[in-house]
Amino acid sequence: MKFHRRVLFGLGAAFLLASLASTGFAAEDDFIIVQSTTSTQNSGLFDYILPKFTEKTGIDVRVVAVGTGQALKNGRNGDGDVVLVHSKPDEEKFVAEGWGVKRHDVMYNDFVIVGPASDPAGIAGLKDADRALAKIAEAEAPFASRGDDSGTHKAERDLWGQAGVDPTKGSGDWYLETGSGMGATLNTAVGKHAYTLADRGTWLSFANKDDFEVLVEGDPKLFNQYGVILVNPEKHPRVKAEKGQAFVGWLTSGEGQKAIASYKIDGQQLFFPNARPGT
Amino acid sequence: MTDFIDAFRTALGLIVTLDPDLVEILVLSIKVSLSAVVIASLLGFAIGGALAVYRFPGRGAVSAVLSALMGLPPVVAGLVVYLLLSNVGPLGVLQLLYTPTAMIIAQVVLVTPIIGALTRQACQDLLEEYDEQLRSLGASSSAIVATLLWDGRYRLITAVLAGFGRAIAEVGAVMIVGGNIDHVTRTMTTAIALETSKGNIALALALGIVLLTIALAVNASLIWVQRLANRLAYA
Repeated sequence: MKFHRRVLFGLGAAFLLASLASTGFAAEDDFIIVQSTTSTQNSGLFDYILPKFTEKTGIDVRVVAVGTGQALKNGRNGDGDVVLVHSKPDEEKFVAEGWGVKRHDVMYNDFVIVGPASDPAGIAGLKDADRALAKIAEAEAPFASRGDDSGTHKAERDLWGQAGVDPTKGSGDWYLETGSGMGATLNTAVGKHAYTLADRGTWLSFANKDDFEVLVEGDPKLFNQYGVILVNPEKHPRVKAEKGQAFVGWLTSGEGQKAIASYKIDGQQLFFPNARPGT
Repeated sequence: MTDFIDAFRTALGLIVTLDPDLVEILVLSIKVSLSAVVIASLLGFAIGGALAVYRFPGRGAVSAVLSALMGLPPVVAGLVVYLLLSNVGPLGVLQLLYTPTAMIIAQVVLVTPIIGALTRQACQDLLEEYDEQLRSLGASSSAIVATLLWDGRYRLITAVLAGFGRAIAEVGAVMIVGGNIDHVTRTMTTAIALETSKGNIALALALGIVLLTIALAVNASLIWVQRLANRLAYA
């Protein structure tokens, strides 16, 4: 009997501790959760603009940085109040299916193809991104792909499609699907002397470049649009619609747009605001 | 090579200056993992002790499953807890996703099998020595469990340390259920993953060195407690 009491006591203590821990941690409610992408987090943009929003509104913004695919999935599950991602067709589908209230353009930057200075496929300076990819495939030069259904990965797949190449045939040989975030994929690319497609923001802030350079840029096909969507409170009643909307409104307002434009690394602007006011 | 030298220099700098961001994530890491280990120990001792002493059908199978779960990938534990705590999951109403509590729960799932299986083994070994003696004294099964746990306490410390090592080092589970949110759920391991992906290799390595130092301190202090207790017991 004595032992049973001890077990009960133990379990009781465990429960008490767990509840204590939870109350101690999650006391305030003045925050929203934003499901976003590794590209925006790794580039340092959030660290720069979010304090400005919090200072103005008192609302803390908690960012969960995953790929666009997972961010939208988590939003669909109601595990976030706002999604900020970069894959317009998927975002429109998300809203059309009723998971999001409305999609707003926020900002854009562009993708770049980076690779080792030795440039084994000879793509440096090409103005045509899909031609560059075709040349990489032809040379079977190593290429690191996100392979994680992220916005960047979707953009990359589109480019391969336009190049008329199915790179997955070389999967594991010269086509390396890392299945990880932008930074991790850049690390892999550098380690394997592989080309990769990166968003300019992450590339500029990436600190482990070695001898890597931007080889292809400026093709309109490399345009990278970010959108923000409030998760639909009608689908998920626990969504903090008011606070979430305040964040969406601020991002697309003159003030938020100015904050985005003023984020620079080494004098280079990383994101270009392009919200249409009043939409 | 320069990364290594940079890492040690950075690590030293972070520790000496008590960098506030570092202290914050370090405290959270320790808080989460220690809470998880305390809860998992209570569960693991009870489960392991009971499995060693009580006879019931399917006991072997339960033991095998428990041992197998020692190899549970953290990402899987994280996913399971995510699905439970998600807003569309059965426990969504608790609103625990992306909180330290969610991280504690995930680590309890990871650590309980380790402590449970090691406890079972420790108790079983002792039982082989004591069984007849205890039974001849007419001790009840629950009293036997209590005796075995007490006599095996030093071995159980090893089990607890193994569990703590797992908890403090894992990144997969806390990343999924915590979300690596700055100032809320960022721990040492998720910070290391983040700095690596930013290409800040030396800083990431420095954080790893700090984490190892902390783990060393925790292990050393528990071993010290164990020695002290030993000395007092035989003094």
